[in-house]
Amino acid sequence: MNIVVCVKQVPDTSDPDTEVHIDGTGKGVDQGKFSFVINDADNFAVEEAILLKEKHGGEVTVVNIGPEAANQVIRMALAKGGDSAVRLDDEKFAYSDPVATARLLASALKDVEYDLVMTGCLATDDGYGAVGIALAQLLGVPHAAYAKTVEVVDDKKLKVGRELEGGLLEMNEIELPCVLAIQTGGNEPRYASFKGIREASKKEIKVMDLAATGLSEDQVGEAGSVAVMTQYSVPEVGELAEILEGDPAETAGKLAGILKEKGLV
Amino acid sequence: MDYDLTEEQRMFQQMVREFADNEVAPVTDELDEKGEFPYELQAKMAEMGLFGLPIPEEYGGSGAGLVTYALAVEEISRASASLGITMAAHTSLGCLPIFFFGSEEQKQEWLVPMATGEKLGAFGLTEPEAGSDAGATKTAAELKNGQWVINGTKCFITNSGTDITSVITITAVTGKIGGKKEISNIVVPAGTPGFTVSPPYRKMGWHSSDTHELSFSDCRVPESNLLGGRGDGFKQFLKVLDCGRIGVAALSVGMAQACLDESVKYAKSRVQFGQPIGRNQGISFKCADMLVEVELSRNATIKAAWLADQKRDYSREASIAKLFASEAAMRAASSAVQIHGGYGYVEDYPVCRIFRDSKILEIGEGTSEVQRIVLSRGLGL
Ligand SMILES: Cc1cc2nc3c(=O)[nH]c(=O)nc-3n(C[C@H](O)[C@H](O)[C@H](O)COP(=O)(O)OP(=O)(O)OC[C@H]3O[C@@H](n4cnc5c(N)ncnc54)[C@H](O)[C@@H]3O)c2cc1C
Repeated sequence: MNIVVCVKQVPDTSDPDTEVHIDGTGKGVDQGKFSFVINDADNFAVEEAILLKEKHGGEVTVVNIGPEAANQVIRMALAKGGDSAVRLDDEKFAYSDPVATARLLASALKDVEYDLVMTGCLATDDGYGAVGIALAQLLGVPHAAYAKTVEVVDDKKLKVGRELEGGLLEMNEIELPCVLAIQTGGNEPRYASFKGIREASKKEIKVMDLAATGLSEDQVGEAGSVAVMTQYSVPEVGELAEILEGDPAETAGKLAGILKEKGLV
Repeated sequence: MDYDLTEEQRMFQQMVREFADNEVAPVTDELDEKGEFPYELQAKMAEMGLFGLPIPEEYGGSGAGLVTYALAVEEISRASASLGITMAAHTSLGCLPIFFFGSEEQKQEWLVPMATGEKLGAFGLTEPEAGSDAGATKTAAELKNGQWVINGTKCFITNSGTDITSVITITAVTGKIGGKKEISNIVVPAGTPGFTVSPPYRKMGWHSSDTHELSFSDCRVPESNLLGGRGDGFKQFLKVLDCGRIGVAALSVGMAQACLDESVKYAKSRVQFGQPIGRNQGISFKCADMLVEVELSRNATIKAAWLADQKRDYSREASIAKLFASEAAMRAASSAVQIHGGYGYVEDYPVCRIFRDSKILEIGEGTSEVQRIVLSRGLGL
């Protein structure tokens, strides 16, 4: 089974020192001080793809839209067991909404043989959660979002578990080829070995610019988007909120006091 | 001149850092308290190649250089010094003697399963009466009917008593040449009759690293367990210790870095006299000094490792790195506890454990005094 897995590089928000500042354009954030990592859900998608490959054979192609610096997340996916990669890189791709993003990803698949395409279900930076579904639509194949478990029934069908509220698992059969938007927590993403990392440096990352995608300028970026982001803003501090100051021991004490006072505990 | 790591080194460093943060750090205190050997973590690390980094792939290792190895030891030790020494002692003291001096057959039999991390190896040099003066070895091995008959005691041997320990290479007196002791290295498989592993020591630190006294009483191993040439033992362990010093230096860097991280965090959040204690130069300067020493220690360590990777002489640099980094780590641990005040003296904060874990850095693989002896001899003194 040949699998395509789409990965996005996002700022590392697990770092408590990460501060987000809106940049001069008002439509972006200052990226200077960020460290970047693979999007959380995509990490699980990569692991699921490699587990399926290990069980059923085939090849895993990693697809990314990003600058050269995104090679680090691509190479890590290759180090864990991906076979080859495509990186879509052109300044015209900036400000693509989920639909334009999906169109770009679809263009990268035109020369790739695949049975299954996986994305993460949600990106931790822009939080659209729509790319996988838009991609399925453009490819004309079925999809399942928030997929947590994936089982191969036969070479035409998968059994996919979708996690619902309260941990309920909804089981679906879905025809191949299809797109799965993978939820976090369904597997345990592995750590790449040194040998895997060494191998990854020998694997090809094909770079595609606008011309290579075969798309026109008005199909990508802001021009190709149905939703246009106009501005970021920082929410104003409301009157009703009380910000507790002090070290954790102090603030916890104050919080406990307030909860008691209001009869909430 | 180029101070940058390669992409491969950076990626592996990042991967080991993630592993250390996500898998090691959360269980370090529990392992330390129980004094348990972390078999599960060891197995996961083995899968990443962490138990045979500098050993070539054909012998089960990863074929990485010592720079990569030093970076990895640093990251693991930042989260757990015990795990750092488990990995470092296995690699340098366990694997390297067999890799450097073993025959093809010995490598296939013993090195391959150790370099994959399936088994652990140890090196027994120190004896009750031969510590810094390692040449004073008393353990004797006498060749009788094609077998070495070993008698003696080794002490403080790391990784020598785990469930997955496969062999211990020991130094032993195998005869006399011209009135001088002939010292050779002999490989003793775990479980050989006559070879007894004592219960673990009750150590100040490194609680989840495995350390035992070993005794040999008419313990017999085949003549073919001799490593390299008869009488080459002294030369061989000096070479092994050079690499071991890079490991201890890297371990020290990781621990000093952990002290710095914890201290800065604490100095920012602990409020006394109405402001974070880090606003006082008495505290912030300690952190600045730590930063300087971490950086210098790391540079010295990586330089020694780099020289080794270039196949150049690195013995002096390894000694410099080990001496400076281990003493810097001890100073950092002491400052870190001071910055934490009373909270640094209780086990609720990691600096308490790091303080206990640090002292041995100035003792193992050649004490600070021994490093100074070696370095001053190099100066012709
Ligand atoms: C946790 C742990 C793990 C260890 N792991 C191993 C291992 O795996 N394999 C192994 O072989 N050994 C191991 N060791 C042993 C370690 O290498 C020795 O403890 C160390 O070399 C010092 O020897 P010693 O303890 O006998 O001290 P001594 O040699 O008795 O030294 C005592 C003090 O005297 C000083 N001193 C000695 N000679 C001189 C001199 N000429 N001039 C000035 N000062 C001097 C020393 O520096 C030291 O301060 C381990 C030790 C520990 C505690």
